[in-house]
Amino acid sequence: MIAIIDYRMGNLRSVQKGFEKVGHEAFVTGNPEDILAANGVVLPGVGAFKDCMSNLTEGKLIDPIHKVIKGGKPFLGICLGLQLLFTEGEEFGIHKGLDIIKGRVVRFPEPRTPNPEPLKVPHMGWNSINIRGQGVKGSRGLNPRTLEPSNPLFKDIPDNSYFYFVHSYYVVPEDDSIIASTTDYGVEFVSSISKDNLFAVQFHPEKSQEMGLKILKNFGDMCKT
Amino acid sequence: MLTRRIIPCLDVKDGRVVKGVKFLNLRDAGDPVDVAEGYDREGADEITFLDITASHENRNIIIDVVYRTAERVFMPLTVGGGIRTLDDIRNLLKAGADKVSVNTAAVKDPEFVKRASERFGSQCIVVAIDAKKVESRESRVRSQEINSNLPLLKWEVFTHGGRNPTGIDAVEWAKKMEEYGAGEILLTSMDRDGTKEGYDIELTRSISEAVGIPVIASGGAGNLQHLYDGFVKGKADAVLAASIFHYREYTIKEAKEFLRDKGVNVRLTNY
Repeated sequence: MIAIIDYRMGNLRSVQKGFEKVGHEAFVTGNPEDILAANGVVLPGVGAFKDCMSNLTEGKLIDPIHKVIKGGKPFLGICLGLQLLFTEGEEFGIHKGLDIIKGRVVRFPEPRTPNPEPLKVPHMGWNSINIRGQGVKGSRGLNPRTLEPSNPLFKDIPDNSYFYFVHSYYVVPEDDSIIASTTDYGVEFVSSISKDNLFAVQFHPEKSQEMGLKILKNFGDMCKT
Repeated sequence: MLTRRIIPCLDVKDGRVVKGVKFLNLRDAGDPVDVAEGYDREGADEITFLDITASHENRNIIIDVVYRTAERVFMPLTVGGGIRTLDDIRNLLKAGADKVSVNTAAVKDPEFVKRASERFGSQCIVVAIDAKKVESRESRVRSQEINSNLPLLKWEVFTHGGRNPTGIDAVEWAKKMEEYGAGEILLTSMDRDGTKEGYDIELTRSISEAVGIPVIASGGAGNLQHLYDGFVKGKADAVLAASIFHYREYTIKEAKEFLRDKGVNVRLTNY
């Protein structure tokens, strides 16, 4: 079973229904014991960085999250669930994150900076992802035997596939080697990361139709093995 | 690159999709979940439900519709119509909506938008603006419907489904709503709504250039060129359309192919 962490932020039902649609059982829970007992854990989330951190603290959920990730179980962060893994975020002042990934969470440049076509913030809508290493023979990120992307989260997902985004901040990891994909929105920002059992995406797989459901399926498959 | 979005809009009354012109001669057009699923298959970028249920007792029917939609449709869902309280928003988001659009409640109390965006995040608070050109207002001044001493505006904000004038300038209002935490503006031209003459391009561009948040053009789409004009001339980030898709005049796919061939960046799906 996959545990979806409930900390009173955002639309959790769509994540749960997405897993069910692709044949994986998932349940929404705010109970630390349930989270520790699950085969895989999802940290979803929309809303403000600071509120999410304080809700995680109040729910006594921070310790279980660290334990699950250290323990090697598949873990998937979605949107704010990616950003919270980082050292600190700058939304409404500097706030401490979970500090599992070294790095910062920063805002897109102001939309009114002189530009013929100023970019709107939030970055909202469908954008494509450039999967690291994909399509480049011998580059890091490819499985040396099959030349397929070795990242199991992106199994059967072609490079440049579209996903649904809605966010005003993006992550800047210190260690480039954890970058799983990037996306272009005025700046080229990190749209997903992966490190061993830890995966996190800035976009919303549960809102990204066919390709998004594939991500949930791939993650669910990892939880079964 | 970020693609431009096409958003079909469904009018939902007492839990059923209805079609009609300007809310008249409404007829039943099926279960919203089935209709939404059809648009999902065609590759719509989002879907919007506008709840036009009149009686307050039947308001919770829309919650059930959203609840069932979230089980079958995996794309962004916005719900608008009759949202007054933070509890209304919480219930819709919990049922599976991603965004809510507020109109009358924002005009009545702008602080409501602030509270809602602080509580749920700007990304899920859409402010819907129904705007009407002042020429039509001046004719109402002449017919003494409204006071001629009000300052002269270019486009005026209306509430209650376009029935009540507010005296508020639409461009100023959009800027204020951005400041109060709106994540997106759903802009409907009351002059064009239902006419199939195309979006009010000047209005759309004026507001899109005045704010730093995305703007959805609405009201008047009658053919695919209108969608193109909304994006390119109106600088809209997304376009909303109802009748051209409902009556199968065009499919979403045809609309996107038309736009792609004219150089607009849209998302085309192969499945």
